[in-house]
Amino acid sequence: MPFACIFVPNFPVAAIFRAEPELRAHAVAIFEGRPPLEKVFAVNENASRVGISPGMTKAQAELCSELTLRPRSPLQESATHAALLDCAQSFSPCVEEAAADTAILDLAGMESLFGTLPEIARNLFRCSADLGIDGNVAVASNPDAAVLAARGFSGVTLIPYGKETECLGPLPVEVLFADQAGSASKGGSHKKDKEKISGLRKENEFLETLDRWGVRNLQALAALPEIALSERLGQEGLRLQQLARGAASRTLVPIQAPAVFEEAIELEFPIVLLEPLAFLLNRLLDQICARLSARALHTQELRLTLELQNLAGINPELETFGIPSESDEAADLQSRAQHFVSGRQSKFCRTLRLPLPMLDPKLFLKLLQLDLNAHPPGAPIIKIHLIAEPARPRSAQGGLFLPPSPEPEKLELTLARIAGLVGEFRVGSLELLDTHSPESFRMRHFVAKTAPPDKLRKTSEPAEEEKSPVAALRMFRPPLRASVTLENGEPLRVNCSKKKEVQGNVLWKAGPWRSSGDWWERKAWARDEWDIALQNRDEVALYRLVHDLLGGGWFVEGTYD
Amino acid sequence: MSSAVVPTSAAQDRHFAFDGEDVAEVCLQPSRAELFGNGRPPQRVILPSSSEAFSTDARLASVAPASRLAVRPAPEMVSSGIAAMDALTGGLPRGCLTEICGPASSGRTTLLLSAVAAATRRREFCALVDASDTLDPQSAAAAGIELERFLWVRCGEHSDHARHRHAEHDRVEHDYFEHGYVENGHAEQSLEQLLRVADLLLESGGFGLIVLDLGDLPPQTARRIPLTTWFRFRRAVEHTPTILLAIERQSIAGSCSSLLLKLGSIKMGLAGNRACNQRMDLQCVMPTHMQLLTELEITVEVVRSRMDRKPVRSVGTTFSSKTAWAG
Repeated sequence: MPFACIFVPNFPVAAIFRAEPELRAHAVAIFEGRPPLEKVFAVNENASRVGISPGMTKAQAELCSELTLRPRSPLQESATHAALLDCAQSFSPCVEEAAADTAILDLAGMESLFGTLPEIARNLFRCSADLGIDGNVAVASNPDAAVLAARGFSGVTLIPYGKETECLGPLPVEVLFADQAGSASKGGSHKKDKEKISGLRKENEFLETLDRWGVRNLQALAALPEIALSERLGQEGLRLQQLARGAASRTLVPIQAPAVFEEAIELEFPIVLLEPLAFLLNRLLDQICARLSARALHTQELRLTLELQNLAGINPELETFGIPSESDEAADLQSRAQHFVSGRQSKFCRTLRLPLPMLDPKLFLKLLQLDLNAHPPGAPIIKIHLIAEPARPRSAQGGLFLPPSPEPEKLELTLARIAGLVGEFRVGSLELLDTHSPESFRMRHFVAKTAPPDKLRKTSEPAEEEKSPVAALRMFRPPLRASVTLENGEPLRVNCSKKKEVQGNVLWKAGPWRSSGDWWERKAWARDEWDIALQNRDEVALYRLVHDLLGGGWFVEGTYD
Repeated sequence: MSSAVVPTSAAQDRHFAFDGEDVAEVCLQPSRAELFGNGRPPQRVILPSSSEAFSTDARLASVAPASRLAVRPAPEMVSSGIAAMDALTGGLPRGCLTEICGPASSGRTTLLLSAVAAATRRREFCALVDASDTLDPQSAAAAGIELERFLWVRCGEHSDHARHRHAEHDRVEHDYFEHGYVENGHAEQSLEQLLRVADLLLESGGFGLIVLDLGDLPPQTARRIPLTTWFRFRRAVEHTPTILLAIERQSIAGSCSSLLLKLGSIKMGLAGNRACNQRMDLQCVMPTHMQLLTELEITVEVVRSRMDRKPVRSVGTTFSSKTAWAG
């Protein structure tokens, strides 16, 4: 049964490189610890060349002018680890999380899906590179041999069945203990730390012993006589020899990786402008979309949280952005924001809800940009956190005889741009409310849903074409206040100062049509409606005249057109 | 040295006069043999250009005479939702700009909503860019528009603010006067928004009908739209299945519109008094207040149409629209 392993060498540095790819060409050192006792924890190859090594103090490292120092970021490391698992799970459902930097896959039966083993190995390598991870990939007949090969050889390694000993032979014996060394550096509880430290001591003893015997590589260890080895090093020695021969066999412990897609960047200096923020958002969105794509998922909701620098002028109380009124409308809106304080730093949240699952980082970036332009954070940003809620990709079957409809992605962007121009709540589709009150409608987010063909047949009624068109009313928003001359309670002359053409003698009138409602609420309404014809010069126009019975004014509400 | 490359099989010896000079015409149309014949690509030769005259001939050869320019295919016509209108114009042309102009209460909105309703019945998506925020949702629903397929863009932010303020301040009178309906300053802002929104919608594509409602903008503001903008709109909808409809008081798009309809002033029909209402007459029509407005008689005139090749003429028709409550 073939197994594959993806190993990310120098994991803390790789996590930083994933977040900031432009640092790959620089000398980079990662430090951790409490100030002023910060120590260099990991370095890349360029930093090693200029003499920086783990264990140096931050002050010593800072003496090197070429060096770029970054604090260790657990958030970015966990995101990189999640990306690693996403990469593995895109090839096999049976994935073991061997360590933070190592994932093992069971490739049994995958050849029929993804091609031959060399092809799978190459594609795994490519997929990890697409996710921003510089990993080594190895394929072998057992998981431990694959892990050793991935840790020992860079790039893609394929170990044929039965040749494990030969292939792993040149690797140094230290590779056998790389797992414990790596996990010891991750930190944890006090008890676990003690266990790890004792494990490290034991490993050092093993290494010293092997060194004294002149055993430098796995080939030499594999060649030792088993009985003599067990007499001197016990069962652990035999286990190590089995590993060195590539003959150890075990079953994988598969995990179900949670479908959590989040990325974050902690900034060294606060961002004030939206343009540099867009660059960082672009990077985060690319990473999240690549991860979603690897799991064959799309997203329907993006949550952006910006941690803001605590400035003196910011109101520390909870604040919700959005339109001040029309709470029903606000419930359906695409995005919403919260601005709240946690501890000493305030957070600014925006949620982007999409009508359909989508996976286009450029579209998401544009939508977030438009949203942030309309609702700026209001303070310098020191941390960006982006979460995508996964959703199954939409399956749309286009019909040959269906009329064209707007592309959902394009339409979403167009609607966001229009909302930026005319206002968030002034674009969308209509929904009538079940009331007779004036302006009884609300705006909903417009979604271009294509109807199935069977529905199409039901709704197209040829009889509709035969009917007379319905006379339409053009509304005046807000209604025009008018002075009305009455005769026996009926309008005789209308004069509207704000619109010159709406004045003259009433030629014809019909009404009044009385209506009222919501008397139990503050916004009660009661009105008399008249349909009137006014003659202005040579033209005759029809208007709807409204008498507000509660307020006592006359208004021209619209014209029949 | 200049030369022209023409297919040999297409060259024909025809001459036509050009600025008093007899110029050899080279036909660039492929022959029947090329189109349907042996399946081989047409042979091409480089014509010699030894003399000056021949060089002129060759240059002119690339200019096709107007008589042989390809005729633009007639646009697909779709129903406007009103049978009388369809009989008059053949419907609304796809991929073209159609202007509907007329004064207030001339039936422009009725026509607009009928066209939108017909488009939504065809399962198309429609958009209305409303410069003055004048759409009545109840009228839209009564016209038979499928509201899910109808995108409404309300330009001009001020009117909404004014309405909110009116509600909040419990009908304070001066609010209506402070924020009057589409004043000139607001009209310009609305117009700018309308043009930008129209650009975005045309760029987005996929809509069967896009309506630009300029009906309540002052004519002097509407006339500020440069002709190049209308050309851009026309080019944007060309070769697409989108119908671009503009509602105005006066025609402003000039030659960019393929169909220009002018609506006349309406006549009213009143329940119980129909004989008297054949013509709007102040002395004759003075019904009691309990009478209902049941129908409006709308007069349509085709001022310009590029769909038919006949000389421009004005033809008209009349149809009635019923009110929503007339059943």
